[in-house]
Amino acid sequence: MATLGLAWRMLLRDWRAGELRVLALALVLAVASVASVGFFADRVRQALAREAQQLIGADLVVQGDRPVRGELRDELARRGLRQAQSVGFVSMARKGEAAQLAGVKGVSEGYPLRGRLRIAPQVNTPDAPATGIPAPGTVWVDERLAATLGARVGDAIELGNSLFKVGAILTMEPDRGASFFNIAPRLMLREDEVAATGLVQPGSRIWYTLLASGEREPVAQFEAWLKPKLARGENLQSLENARPEVRASIDRSQQFIGLTALLAVILAAVAVGLSTRRYSQRHLDGYAVMRCFGASQSRLFALFAWEFLLLGAAAAIVGGLAGYAAQYVIAAMVSGLMLVELPQPTLLPALQGMLVGMALLLGFSLPPLLQLKNVPALRVIRRDVGAPQQGALAGYAAGTLTIAGLLIWQAGDTKLGLIVLGGFILAGVVFAGFGYAALHGLARFSAGGGLSWRYGLASLRRRAGANTIQILALSLGLAAILMLTFTRGDLLETWRSKVPADAPNRFVVNIQPEQRAGVLEVFRDNKLAEPQVYPMIRGRYTAKNAQAVSESEFEDRARRLVEREFNLSYMAVKPAHNSIVAGRWFTDEDQKNGALSVEEGIAKTLGWKLGDVLGWQVAGRSFSAPITSVRKLDWDSMRVNFFVIATPGLLADFPASFVSSFHLPPGDSTFTSKLSQAYTNLTVVDMSAIMAQAQALIEQVVRAVQFVFLFALGAGVLVLYAALLATQDERMQEAAVMRALGASRAQVVAAQRAEFAALGIISGLLASAAAVAIGWAVAHFVFQFPYRMNGWIWLAGPALGLACVGYNAWSGARAALGRPPILALREA
Amino acid sequence: MSGEALAIVGASGSGKSTLLGLLAGLDVPSSGNVRIAGEELFELDEDGRAALRARLLGFVFQSFQLLPALNALENVMLPLELAGRENAAALATAMLERVGLGERLRHYPRTLSGGEQQRVALARAFVMRPRLLMADEPTGNLDAATGAAIIDLLFELNAEAGTTLLLVTHDESLAARCGRQLRLAAGRIVP
Repeated sequence: MATLGLAWRMLLRDWRAGELRVLALALVLAVASVASVGFFADRVRQALAREAQQLIGADLVVQGDRPVRGELRDELARRGLRQAQSVGFVSMARKGEAAQLAGVKGVSEGYPLRGRLRIAPQVNTPDAPATGIPAPGTVWVDERLAATLGARVGDAIELGNSLFKVGAILTMEPDRGASFFNIAPRLMLREDEVAATGLVQPGSRIWYTLLASGEREPVAQFEAWLKPKLARGENLQSLENARPEVRASIDRSQQFIGLTALLAVILAAVAVGLSTRRYSQRHLDGYAVMRCFGASQSRLFALFAWEFLLLGAAAAIVGGLAGYAAQYVIAAMVSGLMLVELPQPTLLPALQGMLVGMALLLGFSLPPLLQLKNVPALRVIRRDVGAPQQGALAGYAAGTLTIAGLLIWQAGDTKLGLIVLGGFILAGVVFAGFGYAALHGLARFSAGGGLSWRYGLASLRRRAGANTIQILALSLGLAAILMLTFTRGDLLETWRSKVPADAPNRFVVNIQPEQRAGVLEVFRDNKLAEPQVYPMIRGRYTAKNAQAVSESEFEDRARRLVEREFNLSYMAVKPAHNSIVAGRWFTDEDQKNGALSVEEGIAKTLGWKLGDVLGWQVAGRSFSAPITSVRKLDWDSMRVNFFVIATPGLLADFPASFVSSFHLPPGDSTFTSKLSQAYTNLTVVDMSAIMAQAQALIEQVVRAVQFVFLFALGAGVLVLYAALLATQDERMQEAAVMRALGASRAQVVAAQRAEFAALGIISGLLASAAAVAIGWAVAHFVFQFPYRMNGWIWLAGPALGLACVGYNAWSGARAALGRPPILALREA
Repeated sequence: MSGEALAIVGASGSGKSTLLGLLAGLDVPSSGNVRIAGEELFELDEDGRAALRARLLGFVFQSFQLLPALNALENVMLPLELAGRENAAALATAMLERVGLGERLRHYPRTLSGGEQQRVALARAFVMRPRLLMADEPTGNLDAATGAAIIDLLFELNAEAGTTLLLVTHDESLAARCGRQLRLAAGRIVP
């Protein structure tokens, strides 16, 4: 108890003297970084668990691309479970001259079975829970659709062949997901009024949903009964796996943000190690004096250990509180991805953050403190004894392994964790190597400069070890920020510019065979170029080389592809925007016997090779044909693309709809509505609006990542400051010697500024180079287009680097010149 | 002998400080032994010697050896706190007032003159009422006038406390103030 009390007093005294502030701040940053992400993830997990029922609008949902089987409805009724249905598709809603693509949802009585819809009498008026579904002849529209169409409650809206009255503004739809269907604004009507619209045609893409709810046990029994009976194209969602697309996008975002939070931890570890080493060095004499007074080795070690543990605990609490505040910022930044209100977090993330902080303390403070333990009392008389060993990196092995373990744990996947760990190590080695080389290289070019410049650069090389650590820490943090600003912007800009100005920006689907000629005439009448029109037939992949295919053979994306129907097409002439990478386009022989051409990506995903005979089922009939060519598609052309193209002889007899893409000049706001008024079943998709919306969602995640990277940048600056303090005594002595030899204050300051400026510029240039290199790699290997670099990045990096070292330069000069030279020389 | 003042005199490099270190148990000889108050020093381990120092010895150093992060009061309190004494602050305050630094309790070493720092060191050494005080060149870093004042204070405190004083110095006039002198040259006692 006495030891604890004395340790507490020692902590207060050292804190007052400014001895432990860098260490404390590093711990606070690390804990705050991890805790902020942890708190946010905790809120999302609780929300998904709590709101799972609302997220699917029921206890159990069966969704498919065919109408709900009567067998399922009968079984639900037999078991006494409540049920409801919905049907969803995209189509054009029209009011007068205005037309807008809408996500149409037809719902049956009783929907939703869990959660409540909310409606308002007009836009911007208070809403209230809905007591049922839209009345017959009416629709509910969301605010976005109302605004685009200029519709108010009471106005008429056309949907297909039907005319509806707007009955209310839909403000809350809890089971709305994050798919393409749900990116379009919502129009809700009664399910029994969908057929009259004439929009459900052969080949239309429709989602049919059966909702079920009841007591937990009967629902579980129905689920167990249903699972083995699920047909192709049907999927089951229950509370455990509700909204997989929402969970997947949130999980991925959290994974990425969590890993970026750990960069702050890594840099904080360096700051903790540096500042504890400095603490040890400055307490060598004091330790020896206390040994002189009779304190035993174990007692003194216990005192120091308790002092650091108390500091760690205090810093962890502050860090936890800071993380709690910061997670609100993250939640606000990704609010677009969240569909439900996030509850308050539990305390668990705070505890996890604190554990990380204590692990950092143990891993990176203990080794220097252990060296302190070996200082003999004789040092009070002979100052040459007891100096700690330099290097001794092996002492940090435990701490390094802890961080490696944290990375793997956060990644949630050993392979990904090891890849990220390897990436950090590689980045560290490359940055340190280049930094070290730059320090030595720069010092060689000092000849010809003034005294201050030469001395400053020589100091760079003299303190190469400490300076390399500073460069490494700062350039890592800066590179992250530059990548998320300049590089991201460059990649987006390059991608945008790759798309020609007159590239198609609208898709039109669901053109019926008898409408083809008329549709093309509308284009001609409006002086637009006639677009290429392609047939589209929905078919299911059933066999390969006479072996039946089952979705259980596949995982993830492949599984989803096999579960759903493909959009097949047929044509005799290869599309201009496709290139053959294997095999050959259809010959006359192929046209006669039947053949297929497949896209290279999907072939790789599903394990298709040239010569494989694929079996298909279309409209109840089966056929098979061999793959005779593999194509590479130009997705950026924005033209219609098909994964699978057949020879005309295979598919021409099947019912098909037609699809096309065209370029609508900006400013032409009436053509879409004219087209959909003329042919009410057509759906015109505005690609630029969809892409803008998807980009807005991605922007939110990127902003959250940028925010978390600020922790890393803060930790990087802290490492800089810790390294400055570690060399401060040395700098003070050097400055004293310089002044004793006749250098002016201005010369001393200029020398220090030269050293720091070089550090800042080297770090900034390294960061810029890394951001450009990674940008090039992503453009070349991932997006496969040439990378166009923004030249300003080469200015931004060094400018940011100089800004970060600015305080260091000022503080260092102040310390060096703050005392009379004689004092510094005496203390040497 | 108890209460005696012994000076160890010699030129720079004669081994005075080394001898002091051995006598205090701070260093270990290759052969020989030291007995303090009937206890064989080198039959104890490092912690045992530390415990003996805590009970019996006090130190004053040429470079003062004050802890820079602690103010004057806290520096004097430190050995009392390490020994687990309850009324450390009161004892330390009284001792600092005795050495004339009652108005400088909260000052840090960097804001004290050399003479004031050595007074704090004296207060720290005597606050534990040691039986044997070891002073290694206590005026080495002080000007003549300040050094003389410090030495006067040292002898006053020593007489008040009845402590045995072992003073290492190269200053013959200072050595002459001690009851006995031991001369060292090249690591050996010379007559």
